[in-house]
Amino acid sequence: MLRYVVHRVLLMIPTMVAISIIVFVIIQLPPGNYLESYIAELQAQGESVDPQKIAFLREYYGLDKPLFEQYVRWAGGMLVGDFGYSFEFNLPVTKVIGDRMLLTIIVSGITILFTWAVAFPIGIYSATHQYSWGDYGLSLVGFLGLAIPNFMLALVMMYLANVYFGTSIGGLMGPEFIGKPWSWAKTQSVLEHAWIPVIVIGTHSTAGMIRRLRANLLDELQKQYVVTARAKGLPPRKVLFKYPLRMALNFFISDIGSILPHIISGTEITAIVLSLPTAGPMLLNALKSQDMYLAGSFLMFLALMIVVGVLISDLALVALDPRIRLQGGVAR
Amino acid sequence: MSASDLAQVPGAADHLVSTAPFDPTSAARLTPEQERFYLASQWMLMWWKFKRHRVAVVSGIILLLMYGSTLVTEVLVPYNLHTRHTDFIYAPPQSVRWIHEGRFVGPFVYELTKTLNMETLRRDYTENTSMPHPLRFFCNGDPYRFWGLVDMSFHIVCPGEGATLFLLGTDRLGRDVLSRIFYGARISLTIGLLGIAISFALGLVIGGIAGYFGGWADLVIQRVIEVIRSFPELPLWMALSAVLPVTWSPILIYFGITGILAMLEWTGLARAVRSKLLALREEDYCTAARLMGARPKRIIGRHLLPGFMSHLIASATLSIPGMILGETALSFLGIGLRPPITSWGVLLNEAQNINVVALYPWLMLPVVPVIVIILAFNFFGDGLRDAADPYR
Repeated sequence: MLRYVVHRVLLMIPTMVAISIIVFVIIQLPPGNYLESYIAELQAQGESVDPQKIAFLREYYGLDKPLFEQYVRWAGGMLVGDFGYSFEFNLPVTKVIGDRMLLTIIVSGITILFTWAVAFPIGIYSATHQYSWGDYGLSLVGFLGLAIPNFMLALVMMYLANVYFGTSIGGLMGPEFIGKPWSWAKTQSVLEHAWIPVIVIGTHSTAGMIRRLRANLLDELQKQYVVTARAKGLPPRKVLFKYPLRMALNFFISDIGSILPHIISGTEITAIVLSLPTAGPMLLNALKSQDMYLAGSFLMFLALMIVVGVLISDLALVALDPRIRLQGGVAR
Repeated sequence: MSASDLAQVPGAADHLVSTAPFDPTSAARLTPEQERFYLASQWMLMWWKFKRHRVAVVSGIILLLMYGSTLVTEVLVPYNLHTRHTDFIYAPPQSVRWIHEGRFVGPFVYELTKTLNMETLRRDYTENTSMPHPLRFFCNGDPYRFWGLVDMSFHIVCPGEGATLFLLGTDRLGRDVLSRIFYGARISLTIGLLGIAISFALGLVIGGIAGYFGGWADLVIQRVIEVIRSFPELPLWMALSAVLPVTWSPILIYFGITGILAMLEWTGLARAVRSKLLALREEDYCTAARLMGARPKRIIGRHLLPGFMSHLIASATLSIPGMILGETALSFLGIGLRPPITSWGVLLNEAQNINVVALYPWLMLPVVPVIVIILAFNFFGDGLRDAADPYR
């Protein structure tokens, strides 16, 4: 077990290195370097440029050095918690994105819980009542959830919530909590505001999960041990809960790997529409103004979230499933 | 000595021996229906199976109609893509009526009259019900250049003389939303096809290399796929399309965006190809081909690919909706396609804030074809996937 955990964590390192190389390439893609356009912009506005600061930044990023050295500087800085400098905000990136990443993690986490809570009963119902009207109806709703772009759903939900509940749901917390340190009241406020984004983000992944859970459970229900159990006269409920459902539970954990990227993508675009203080709107702004170190750090963080999420789900699976634990193999 | 000779032996018992010549294949002979079934080609079997999946067939027809409409968009819609009606800005949808003052007139619309509401500073449109304006059919309207070759002005339906026909309203420049949705289909639908063509080719080649050669090639490709898949799709798409140079022309941007979408989508296909190849290359017929000296290219192309091509086509169909949604999302955010290129996402870009939902809800209508096309592709792909396994 311990060997597996160590092996799995070590495997993350080359993945993260590769991801950081891709992100670095993206940072370098815009023509010219940001510093030059930054200076040009400041001069165009008639502001004076502090040559000392420019020299410091040039030195700091090693902008005169070859690309490889620049990459090592940048990646090495990340290891010690230095993510570069946001030119737009005139602040170190860490200061700009800290709170936003935390909120992104919170919203994504709640969304996963929501997805589970909804997909689990519906998936079981659909599988046990295959081809019934309920199954068809729920499948249709699921397909609609897959097909409606969630930015549109977010817009419509925002409008409906405004009209019927009178709540302004832009934002993720009451205005009095913005910029304040975390407290119990602030957490409560976040939870109160989070339900609409959670529903909007969750629909897509919930729909997908219901479909996969239904298919998995149907396969399981046709296996011989289920037939045997039924033939021996076990009550249907017990037949379902004792074995096939446990298999389905494993699947729930292992499916995180496939829904997490969707949820994070969904969080970004929904956040932009609802103007939530998560990574999304700032990432879009950073990209539009080509503040590439800021954008690159966001990408890095989001990818790291997925890698860590998948790692956690793999480890949980090992802890949960004796077949994997005892054979030492990986079900992926 | 044949059976007929035996029967002629004098004094032989008159027992039941058929005198007909023995046909060794008689037990294996098939009835015409069986023959039709057992000798049918793989594609024939798939077609039979597919036909039984009603929803998939209907979805296929819808897809055909939608793609077919892109060929003759100019003729189908009443206005051109960029025709502006400066007197009818943000006009609401007009409804087609049949009966005017108790008298049957045929399809017609009432004229819209605009008043500026000085309190809210909104344009209010009211229908002037005094006079019906019958629609004209097979008529001459906005001129256009058909397929860039022939100058024409033929439309299936046009507004009556001096009247307008905004079945789905107009946008902030007074352009007809319905016509623009039809024109948008050209871009939105082809971006999916073009994208899947690129990622299909990539997936086939890369997955083929990983699956057939195995070893370190497989290891490297597997890692690369894993890295690409651990990026959240949308943010990476956003980053890549945001760094497309602003100096590019809209048509170059179109190809750039398609390439970006395809670059992240091939991983799923490559994985499918790899796992299928890994299973199939151990089969006896593959060993036989190798022993006879066939080269990898021939074994992959001639013996292995046909075995799972149908599965691949099905899973490719299922990944088209993701690309269409991706393009729509990017254009909605304003970092995808740029006007004058018009896709559904570009149209939805106008419906970005809550004011639009409250005041001009018809600007959100381009989302309807998006939903329809995604559902259609999903059902069609499901049908194909079921059909790809004809013996089950």
